[in-house]
Amino acid sequence: MQPVLDLASLCVRFGKREILRELSITLKGRVIGLLGPNGAGKSTLIQSLLGFVPPSAGTARVLGHDIRHEMRAIRTLVGYMPENDAFIANLSGVSFVRMMGEISGLPPEAALERAHEVLFYVGLGEARYRPVGTYSLGMKQLAKLAQAIVHGPRLLILDEPTNGLDPPARHRMLTLIRDMRDSADMHIILCSHLLRDVEETCDEVLILKQGRIAHHSNLEEERKTNTRFVDIDTPGQDAGLADALRAIGCECTPAGAGRFRIVLPPQLELRDIYRLAAERDLPLRRVNYRRDTLEEIFLKAMET
Amino acid sequence: MAIYTRSYKPYLGPLTPRSTRPLILVRYSYTRLFQSKFLVLALALSACYPLACAAFIYISHNQVLLTLFRQQPGTFPKVDGGFFYVFSIVQGAAAYLLTALIGPGLVAPDFTNGAMPLYFSRPFSRAEYVLGKLFTLMCLLSLVTWIPGVLLYGIQASIAPSEWLGDNLWLGRSIFLSLFVWTILLSLLALAVSAWVKWRIAAAAVILGIFFAGAGFGSAINAVMRTSYGSLLNLSGMMHVVWAGMFRYDSDTDIPIWLAWLVLLATAAASLWLLSRRVRPFEVTK
Repeated sequence: MQPVLDLASLCVRFGKREILRELSITLKGRVIGLLGPNGAGKSTLIQSLLGFVPPSAGTARVLGHDIRHEMRAIRTLVGYMPENDAFIANLSGVSFVRMMGEISGLPPEAALERAHEVLFYVGLGEARYRPVGTYSLGMKQLAKLAQAIVHGPRLLILDEPTNGLDPPARHRMLTLIRDMRDSADMHIILCSHLLRDVEETCDEVLILKQGRIAHHSNLEEERKTNTRFVDIDTPGQDAGLADALRAIGCECTPAGAGRFRIVLPPQLELRDIYRLAAERDLPLRRVNYRRDTLEEIFLKAMET
Repeated sequence: MAIYTRSYKPYLGPLTPRSTRPLILVRYSYTRLFQSKFLVLALALSACYPLACAAFIYISHNQVLLTLFRQQPGTFPKVDGGFFYVFSIVQGAAAYLLTALIGPGLVAPDFTNGAMPLYFSRPFSRAEYVLGKLFTLMCLLSLVTWIPGVLLYGIQASIAPSEWLGDNLWLGRSIFLSLFVWTILLSLLALAVSAWVKWRIAAAAVILGIFFAGAGFGSAINAVMRTSYGSLLNLSGMMHVVWAGMFRYDSDTDIPIWLAWLVLLATAAASLWLLSRRVRPFEVTK
């Protein structure tokens, strides 16, 4: 499988300030989350991938194309939704998206057809003849998403797509991202400081800190691994449940106040825990898969 | 239609050639510009003088009309370098006013609305962007400058005696070149100002100010220093010097033509430099 991003000692400087330092990693995920505190270099990394900022050393490959020599090919394959307000003044939604499609290389008729399609897709069908300048913040975000996908990119770069959105609009945006992830041969890079958004949509996460890679995590694999870790909560007396669990091969550690942390061996399922509890007439107040939340991963990365 | 009833489909069709992409900006700019009745009126007014010139050329060669106006053939002023020099000055001024009207709205709104990353994240370069915007203004200015000039030349050539064309072949080239240079200069200046001054009214004031203030300062320097080199700050004055040279017309300035050319070239180069500094996907704070 071709890597989406292949960073090779990528460095970026603004004047004397070093923004990105020796980034080297290969990312292959369907939806890649780019996380980090303010000033970590997330936006600069995106800008260097788009050719807005030349690398001061090293290089990167986007879908196999080198950012130093094949920028036009990269830009043909990429759709970009910037973080800040971005639209063309006095154009209606459909004209705006059509124009962006044409600049990406679509013939005028195809661009018009695609503009209508993507505006309906993102939910701006009814408002497509209104000037973009009159749109609400949420509608402008959707219009930016529409212009980013009008030409059918293979890689969609979303910079803070849920910024400033109310909960329903945020939910709509995340649903669209998931739908694109699942319905098309498209990779997505999602740059956000909202961990929940990244957790809900991404299968791979790159955490940056002060221009360096602080952590790289394949969320999909972690989710699979974490299904073997279980937390259970009993009323206080375990009635020999811990010993019984150990007897069938589980690692079981008491965590106090009737709580246990269990590692299930591969041959056992959750129903085995329920069965043992039922045999002892022991009510289970809570049974949870225990997993590192992205927040925990992020906080750990920030501590290093 | 509800949001979730459609799914995303990729585009798999053909793409347009790269060379035509700057023209997309021209097309969309015209759609927006021609919504302004004021611009249409200004363009119509700019056509008045060329129409009057065409009527003049026609009448000066029409025996019936000359008899009707009790004029002898040859009493009308000649259609020569001087005629087209005056034409250039009048239409050059019209182009200048059109530039102040259209120019500020070309680039500034893209900066104000953060549109630059949208353009440059696509297979569309900064040079193509500037070229597209330049075409937009140059085509409109050409409509009121060298295109009517060349048409008038063609009318005169077609109805004047055949030796006129033989004697004045150089004039056709001068008409085109002199006014074409003016349209390029105005367009570059307007784009540079529009790129640096986001507020449209202020940008229009700067475009007007460059010429008026330059002429004013130049005159002041000439008066105080008892020199004529203050006129180098007067861009329209420098253009007039070049035009006078091209139309073989006697002008009363001491500035050599090569120096006037140099000023115009330096202005164009400065405008291009300003554009290259400004037209970027985003602003870098060092």
